[in-house]
Amino acid sequence: MLEIKNLHATVDGKEILKGIDLTIAPGEVHAIMGPNGSGKSTLSYVLTGREGYEASEGEVLFKGKNLLDMEPDERAGEGVFLAFQYPVEIPGVPNTTFLKEALNAVRRYRGEDELDAMQFVKMVREKTKLLGISDEMLKRAVNVGFSGGEKKRNEALQMAVLEPCLAVLDETDSGLDIDALKTVANSVNLLRGPENAMLVITHYQRLLEYIVPDRVHVLAGGRIQRSGGKELAHELEEKGYAEFTGAAA
Amino acid sequence: MTQAFSEHFGALQDHLPGQDLPWLTDLRARGLKRFTDSGLPTPRWESWKYTSLRPIEKVDFAAEGVPRACVSIDRAPSLLPDATESHRLVFVDGHFRSDLSSLGTLPKGASLLPLSEQLANDPDWLAGHLDHLNDAAAQPMLALNTAMMMNGFVLHLERGTILPHPVEVIHLGGAGAAPLAYHPRNLVILDEGSQATLIEHFSHIGEQAYLNNAFTEVSIGQGAILRHYKLQADALNAFHLATVKAELGRDASYDSFVMTTGARLSRNEASVRLAGEGANCHLNGAYLVRGEQHCDNTTVVDHLVPNTTCREVFKGVIDDRARAVFQGKLKVHRDAQQTNGHQLSKALLLSDKAEIDAKPELEIYADDVVCSHGATAGDLDHDALFYLRARGIPEALARSMLIEAFLGESIDQIAAEGLCPALMTSIGHWLADTRGDA
Repeated sequence: MLEIKNLHATVDGKEILKGIDLTIAPGEVHAIMGPNGSGKSTLSYVLTGREGYEASEGEVLFKGKNLLDMEPDERAGEGVFLAFQYPVEIPGVPNTTFLKEALNAVRRYRGEDELDAMQFVKMVREKTKLLGISDEMLKRAVNVGFSGGEKKRNEALQMAVLEPCLAVLDETDSGLDIDALKTVANSVNLLRGPENAMLVITHYQRLLEYIVPDRVHVLAGGRIQRSGGKELAHELEEKGYAEFTGAAA
Repeated sequence: MTQAFSEHFGALQDHLPGQDLPWLTDLRARGLKRFTDSGLPTPRWESWKYTSLRPIEKVDFAAEGVPRACVSIDRAPSLLPDATESHRLVFVDGHFRSDLSSLGTLPKGASLLPLSEQLANDPDWLAGHLDHLNDAAAQPMLALNTAMMMNGFVLHLERGTILPHPVEVIHLGGAGAAPLAYHPRNLVILDEGSQATLIEHFSHIGEQAYLNNAFTEVSIGQGAILRHYKLQADALNAFHLATVKAELGRDASYDSFVMTTGARLSRNEASVRLAGEGANCHLNGAYLVRGEQHCDNTTVVDHLVPNTTCREVFKGVIDDRARAVFQGKLKVHRDAQQTNGHQLSKALLLSDKAEIDAKPELEIYADDVVCSHGATAGDLDHDALFYLRARGIPEALARSMLIEAFLGESIDQIAAEGLCPALMTSIGHWLADTRGDA
């Protein structure tokens, strides 16, 4: 599903990613763990096409298509979803309008019929019920005045509505209480299936107790230093990243 | 140009209403003299520093004393969903069109007439009110208006009269055989405890350029409330100059919102005197301009007595080589303690060539006041734009959503049921044009 080959990326002229190779097959959940400043968020932004995060070398294929040549909205249309570490507040845009515009944009991209207001409301109600999210959150402006936990729940709701093929979760566990963490993990697990893949970026092992990964990679100094099974996460929890930050230096 | 306008006066003279009234003939003569003495304002004048009227001078405007008979339209474009509930006056090229207007049934104590009819019916009452808020300050466009006013509307509410439905005034320009200049003159007198909602809509039906130089005098008595909203969607080859002078009595309230999408060059000037304790005004606005448009919003607020409040928020979107101006003058006179005055100008610049000139001017002579001003100008929020795009929303649509949200916050403040959707629709059309939607 996702093939990252020798990916280098620069931010403000500084090379942050220095040759990443990673392949994720449909149905798999991969975790990327690493110390602060190792390039974890940069990887998520390069994958989703944020301005200022340029790939300088290498390629990224998503379902065989060159992802790096696409606009951010085209990548979303193809089925890439980024759960933001810091969801953005958008005053004046009601959450429900945002969700509907996003869903219909993605549906248009895929050549599917748009949902009308009734169909949309019905669909969103099902998702909020499934995730245990209050409908009241739909009426408010996108993320405005939301607590940290509400913002992450909102990311989970967007993911549930858009039903992406590949979900990239960027430090989704940061600043979350246990209930919000469970909501988010729940939404991720609902999406999990033989056709979908996940890339879970995290500093801590905590989230991986709820979203059990197939593979764990240690990112440090812009490269993947080591890969292993889920037991690698436990090892990192005990030993920390000292070994890798040393290796990267 | 000064010469040309003076010649208009000669051409119009026989058609101007109220020629049998010496006071009015005097008033017009004085106006014409003031105008010819000063000429058009130029950017050398402090209050016209950012707005040059030179483009007006390049058009060969004529004045038309008698309306052309052949202008035929089925109905005027109303901004209200249920136009039958409003009191509607329609003007085409500055001339009142009774066939398109419907004054409706007014409650007892309310009077609403075109200026020409009011002059015929009760000139004495008019003599006691017209031009009373026009001060000696040099304002050539008002002097010109006074000299050549042909028509307009007069709304008078007697004590305690509440208009349940809005008054909608529709101006359609551009239907003339040549570019026309006209000078609508309006008078709104709200006696103690009365209330009204006034909606003005400026649009166009022909291809000709036109100059609309309107002057509205507003007097709001004790505890009275005027809600005054305007959509200026004039033709892009039109010139729109509009001045409101308002005086508020004790606990009176004036809520004003001006939205600009039209005209090659426009200036909305509001000058408000808060003359009674507890008087309160909102002067808000929104504008969307592009191409070579120039949009000027100028406000002058005088806090004359203690405990008065004024709040101003102007938000705009400027694309291409368009230019916007916001001038906000706030004067707190010596006795005006406990004044509360705030103004804010927020502009979104969508191109490198777009420009906003924001000039706050605070003159404060009292010591116990709360006053503030602020001005921001910038591009759309890049983080928000990426967030929307990362969810699949194409860039052009994402930009539209953010612009709509930016302006929508102002529109939501408007206290006239039914008007907000019309304004949002006009924003939507503007944005669709920008995106190039079919």
